[in-house]
Amino acid sequence: MRLLRAIALFSAVLGISAPPASAEALKWDVIAAKAKDQTVYWNAWGGDERINAYIAWAGERIWNDYGVTLRHVKLSDTGEAVSRVLAEKTAGRDSDGSVDLIWINGENFAAMKRNQLLFGPFTQALPNFKLVDFAGKPTTLVDFTVPVEGLEAPWGMAKINFVYDSARIQTPPRSIPEFLDWAKANKGRFTYPAPPDFIGSTFLKQVMIELTPDPAALQKPAPEGAAFDTATAPLWSYLEALHPHLWRGGKIFPASGTAQMQMLDDGEVDIAISFYPSDAASLAQNGRLPESARIFVLEGGTIGNTHFVAIPYNARAKEGAMVLANFLMSPEAQARKQDTAVWGDQTVLDVAGLDPAGKKRFDALPAHPALLPPEALGPTLLEPHPSWMTRIEAEWQRRFGG
Amino acid sequence: MSAALESYQGSLVLRGVEISLAERRLIGPLNLSVAPGEIVTLMGPSGCGKSSLLGYLCGTLDPAFRGAGQVMLGADEISTLLPERRRVGILFQDDLLFPHLSVADNLAFGLPASVRGRPARRARIEAALIEADLEGFADRDPATLSGGQRARIALLRTLLSAPRALLLDEPFSKLDARLRDRVRRFVFEHARRNALPSLLVTHDPADAQAAGGKVFEVGPG
Amino acid sequence: MSRAGTPRGGVLRHAPGLTLGLFLVPIAAGLVGTWLPAFGYLPALGGTSLGFESWRALLNHTSLPGAMRLTLTSGILASALSLALVIAFVASCHGTRLYRRLRRALTPLLAVPHVAMAIGLAFLIAPSGWLARLISPWASGWTTPPDVAIVNDPYGLALAFGLVVKEMPYLLLMTMAALGQAQADQRMAVARALGYGPVVGWLKTVLPAVYAQIRLPVYAVIAYSLSVVDMAMVLAPATPPPLAVLILRWFNDPDLSLRFLAAAGAVLQLFTVILAIAAWNLSERVVMRLGRRWIVEGWRGGGGGLARHMAGGAMSLLYAVAGLSVAVLGIWSLAGRWRYPGAFPADISFGAWTRHLHDLLWATSTTLIVGLAAAGLALALALACLENERRRALRTTNRALWLLYTPLLVPQVAFLFGFQVIAVRAGIDGTWGTLIWSHVLFVLPYVFLSLAEPYRALDERYARAAMCLGATPNRVFWRVKVPMLLRPILIAFAIGFAISVAQYLPTVFAGGGRFVTLTTEAVALSGGGDRRVVGVFAFVQAALPLLAFAAAFAVPAWIFRHRHALRLPS
Repeated sequence: MRLLRAIALFSAVLGISAPPASAEALKWDVIAAKAKDQTVYWNAWGGDERINAYIAWAGERIWNDYGVTLRHVKLSDTGEAVSRVLAEKTAGRDSDGSVDLIWINGENFAAMKRNQLLFGPFTQALPNFKLVDFAGKPTTLVDFTVPVEGLEAPWGMAKINFVYDSARIQTPPRSIPEFLDWAKANKGRFTYPAPPDFIGSTFLKQVMIELTPDPAALQKPAPEGAAFDTATAPLWSYLEALHPHLWRGGKIFPASGTAQMQMLDDGEVDIAISFYPSDAASLAQNGRLPESARIFVLEGGTIGNTHFVAIPYNARAKEGAMVLANFLMSPEAQARKQDTAVWGDQTVLDVAGLDPAGKKRFDALPAHPALLPPEALGPTLLEPHPSWMTRIEAEWQRRFGG
Repeated sequence: MSAALESYQGSLVLRGVEISLAERRLIGPLNLSVAPGEIVTLMGPSGCGKSSLLGYLCGTLDPAFRGAGQVMLGADEISTLLPERRRVGILFQDDLLFPHLSVADNLAFGLPASVRGRPARRARIEAALIEADLEGFADRDPATLSGGQRARIALLRTLLSAPRALLLDEPFSKLDARLRDRVRRFVFEHARRNALPSLLVTHDPADAQAAGGKVFEVGPG
Repeated sequence: MSRAGTPRGGVLRHAPGLTLGLFLVPIAAGLVGTWLPAFGYLPALGGTSLGFESWRALLNHTSLPGAMRLTLTSGILASALSLALVIAFVASCHGTRLYRRLRRALTPLLAVPHVAMAIGLAFLIAPSGWLARLISPWASGWTTPPDVAIVNDPYGLALAFGLVVKEMPYLLLMTMAALGQAQADQRMAVARALGYGPVVGWLKTVLPAVYAQIRLPVYAVIAYSLSVVDMAMVLAPATPPPLAVLILRWFNDPDLSLRFLAAAGAVLQLFTVILAIAAWNLSERVVMRLGRRWIVEGWRGGGGGLARHMAGGAMSLLYAVAGLSVAVLGIWSLAGRWRYPGAFPADISFGAWTRHLHDLLWATSTTLIVGLAAAGLALALALACLENERRRALRTTNRALWLLYTPLLVPQVAFLFGFQVIAVRAGIDGTWGTLIWSHVLFVLPYVFLSLAEPYRALDERYARAAMCLGATPNRVFWRVKVPMLLRPILIAFAIGFAISVAQYLPTVFAGGGRFVTLTTEAVALSGGGDRRVVGVFAFVQAALPLLAFAAAFAVPAWIFRHRHALRLPS
C-alpha cells in the first residue's frame, strides 16, 4: 500500500516532466550489463574521511557485484564539479565528459538543471528507487524548492542540529535569538563555518527563516532590490550583533563543519553546528568527540534537506553511475551509512516498508546517548529557494569576507 | 711486451699541423715524423698549446680551439677519423684511472672487444699485471694504490687498447722525483718494445734527455 | 680539418631546443590562454570582444584590497626574513660546528613538501597545537585553547612563518653552493689578515659575490611566496584569502562568468610578482650603493659573538620547528584519543592507517608514478642538454639561465588556467601524459640546476682518456660519466621527485581533478578532516621525498663501498 502511494506521489511530482531518454536504454539488466568494466568518476565532497571510507567501501561492493570501478574525486566544494561540467559543455565536449556522478543538492543541482547539464530522468530505472520514503521525506522529491524530476537519486537525509559537550554546558540556547544572548554571555565560544561551506550557509538560512518578516517568501525566488534588502535586513543586523562575540571576535571563521567539530573537541568552542543528527554519536564513537557530546535542536524547528547523486549529461560511464546510484539506495548501503560507527547519515528509505531482511539491518544499528529519537528532533523546516542562498552568500562575502 | 695486440709498423707523421685559438696561432705549422719505437719530444712553456696539439692528434681537441693539418699513421690519414677509431693512446699528467672501476675493470675497459670471452679477457689482464710486477692487484680499488702503481696501470690500460701510436702529455710531472725516473723508464721501455711511435710533450729537460730522441721546441714564434 | 664531436650527436643536438620548448610552450600558451579571457575574450563563454569589464569588476571587488594586502605583506615578509636569516647565519656562523651540523641537516628540510610542512606547523603552533598542549595547563594555565589567532591570522604572519621555514633552506642551499664559486675562503683569509672581524669581513668581501650568485633564487622565492596556494590554504585566513587562493576560488566557482574575473586576477598576480621583483631589484641597487660606501669606510667589526649566538639560535629554532612539525604529523597519525590539553595522546591507534589504507595506497602510487616519471624525464632531458653542451663545448649564457628559471618566476596561477583551457581544447586534459608534463615544467629547472655543476665539474680528460682507449661517446657516457656522477645524478633525481610530490596546482589543473595524489589529498583534508587522517597523508607525503633522498645517498654508497674515491661526498 505504502509503495503504491509512493509511486502515485512520485508520478504526481514528475507531472509533465520529460519522458525517459529511451525505454530500451533504461532497462535495468541492459544498464547492469553495460556498466560492467566501466570506471565511474564520482565527484564527491571529500572533507570527511568517514564519508570517504564509506565511499571506498561502496566502491569495493560495486566492483564485486557489477564489475564497476569507482574512483572518488575528492572535492573541497561541489561547485568545482559543476564548474567542470559547465566548462566542458562550453568547450563542446558533449560526450566523454570527466565527471560521471556528482554528490549534489540545492543550488548546485538547481544550476545544473537550469543549464541542462544533467542526464535523465533516470531514477525510475533504478530498482531500489521504489524503496524511498517519498511520503515521509518530501525533500526527496523537491530539492530546495526545485522539483527533482528524476534527475538525481536521493542518497541521505540531513537536518541541522547543534553539538555540545554536556560536561561543559548544561543549558544550550534553543532559538536563534537565544543564541545571541548565549554568545554574549560566553564570549568566543561559538562560531560558524564561512560560507560557501554548506553548513555555514545553512546556518545563515536558519537565522533567516527565524527572523525574516515573511518566511513564506523564501520558498519563491529571491527578489531584486529593496525587497531583498527588507527580507534580509534582520539577518544582517543579527550577524552584526553576533560576530563580535564569536570565536576570534568574528574575524576568522572555521574552514568547514568538520574543522568546527575538531574545535569543539579541542575545547576552542562549546557549540558546533552539524548537518547529520547522528554525527555527534558517530564522532564520539570514533574518538573524535568526548563521550559526553550531545545534540540539541531549536524549538521552532531546523532546516532539513535531502542530498542526492546526479549524472552529468556528458558522463562517460552513465550505466556505471546508475548502478552505483542504485546500490547507494539499497538497504545494505543505507543501513551501513546510518551506522554511527561508519558515518551516521539518516536513510532516505521507508524502513517500515522494507522486507524483513532489510528491516533487520536497520534494527541492528547500535544506540548511542548522543542520538535523539526522530520525534525529539523537532519540526523540519524547508530549504529556501536556491537563489536566496546564492544571494545571501554573495552579500555575506561583501560584508564580512573582505 | 705482449700487451699490444699486434705489432704495427708505421710512423706517425704530422704535416702542416696548426693549433689556433680565436684566430691566434699557438702552434705550427708543424712537420715531423716519428718512427716506430722512436720517442720524439716537444718542449715548450706551459699554456703554449702542447696539450691541445695532442688533443688534436687523438681527436679530442676542445672545440674552443681550432686544429688543422694532416696526421698520418703509416699509410692512414687519421685526422678525419672519430677519436675512438684512431687507435692513438694517450697518457695524461694524472693517471685518470676510473675511480668507479677496479684495477682489472679499468684494464678491461681498454681491452678491445675483439678479445672475446671472460676467461680470455681476464687472462690478458692478469698477464699484463704480472708483466708490470703488479700481480694480485686485479681486484684492488685504484684509490688505494700508490702513485707509481697507478701510473703503471694507466700505461697498461693504454697499451691493452692496442694503440698504433702513443702520446704522452707530461705524464711524469706529478710524480715525485724518486718515482719519476722509474716510471719514465717503464713507459719508454714499453713504448720501444711495442714499436710505438711516441710523442712526448713536456717542459722538463730531464724527460727529453731520458727519451733520447729528437727534441723540438714548440710555441708561438 | 676535423673537430671532435661535430659529426655526431644528431639526437642530442635537439635536446636544448626540445627542453626549452617543453616548458616554454605551455607557459607561453598558458599565458595567452589567461590573458585573452582577462580582457574579455573567451568565445566558449560568450566573450567575443575585448574590453576592460573584468578589470573593472576585479578592481572594484570587495575582497581585492584585503587579498592584495595579505599577499604582499606575507610574501615580502617571508622573502626578506628568509634572506636576512640566511645571510646573518652564514656571515656569523661559517666555519663553526653548528654551521656544519645544520648544513648536513639541510637535505631533509628541503625534502619535506610545502603542504606537509604547513599542516605540521599548524598542528604545532595553533592555540590547540602541540606546543600549547606541552605547556598546558601546568605552565600556561590554559584548560581550553586561548582565543588567539596564531594560525590563519588576518595579517598572514603564520603563512609568512611557514614560508620562511620552507624557503629559507632553499636560499641557504643556494648560498652554500655559491660560496665555493665566490672563493669565500680566500676572500676571508685576505679580509682577516687585513684585520676585519669574521662577520664584517664576510659581509664586506664575500656577500657581494655570493649575492650575485643567489639573485635568481631570491627572485624565485619572492615569486613563490607571493603566489603560493597550497600553504596559504592551510595557514592563511580565508576571509579574504591571499590573491592566488582568491583566484583559484573564482576559477572553481559554478558561476562561469567569474572565470573572466579569475583570468584578470591571474594577470594581476603576474604583475604583482613582476612589480615586487622590480621593487626588490631597485632596493638591491640602493643597498649596494650604500653598502659600497660602508665597505670602504674601514670599520672592521668585532668578534661577532653576539651575532653568532643570535643568528645561530634563530636558525636552530627554525630547524627545530621544522623537525617538530614533521614529528607531530607522525604522532597525530598514530594518536588514539588525544584531547586538549594532554601533552601526548592518551592511547596509540593504527586505525587511521588501516582504515584509509586503500586511499593511501592509491594516492601513494599515483604520487610515485607521476613523481618518478617526471623526475626521470627531467633527468634525461637535463643529462641530454649537459652532454650536448659538453660535446659541443657550449657555454650556458645568463639568458639561458633566466629561461630555465621561467617556470619558477611566473606564478603558477598565472598560466595554469590557460594551460588547462588549451589542454581541454586539445583533448589531452586529465591524462597521465599531460599531468606528468605539467610536473616536468617545475621539476626540470631544479634537476638541471642541481646536476649542472657536478656535471660541468667532472674532469673532461676522463672522457678523452676513455675515447682514446677506443670508447664511443655513448660508451663513455654510460660507462664512465654516469657511474662517476651517480651520486649527483641520483640526488638530482631525488630533488626532482621531491618537487613533483609537492606539486598541488599542476595536479589539480592538468589532472582534470581525476588524479589524487598525497598532496591533493592532504590539501583537501586539511580544511577540517580528522587530524589523525591528515597526519597519515601528510606524513607519508613528507616521508616519500625523504626516502628518495636517503636512497640517493645510500645506493651509490653501497655500489661504491669498495671504491674509496667515490665513497665520500666530495
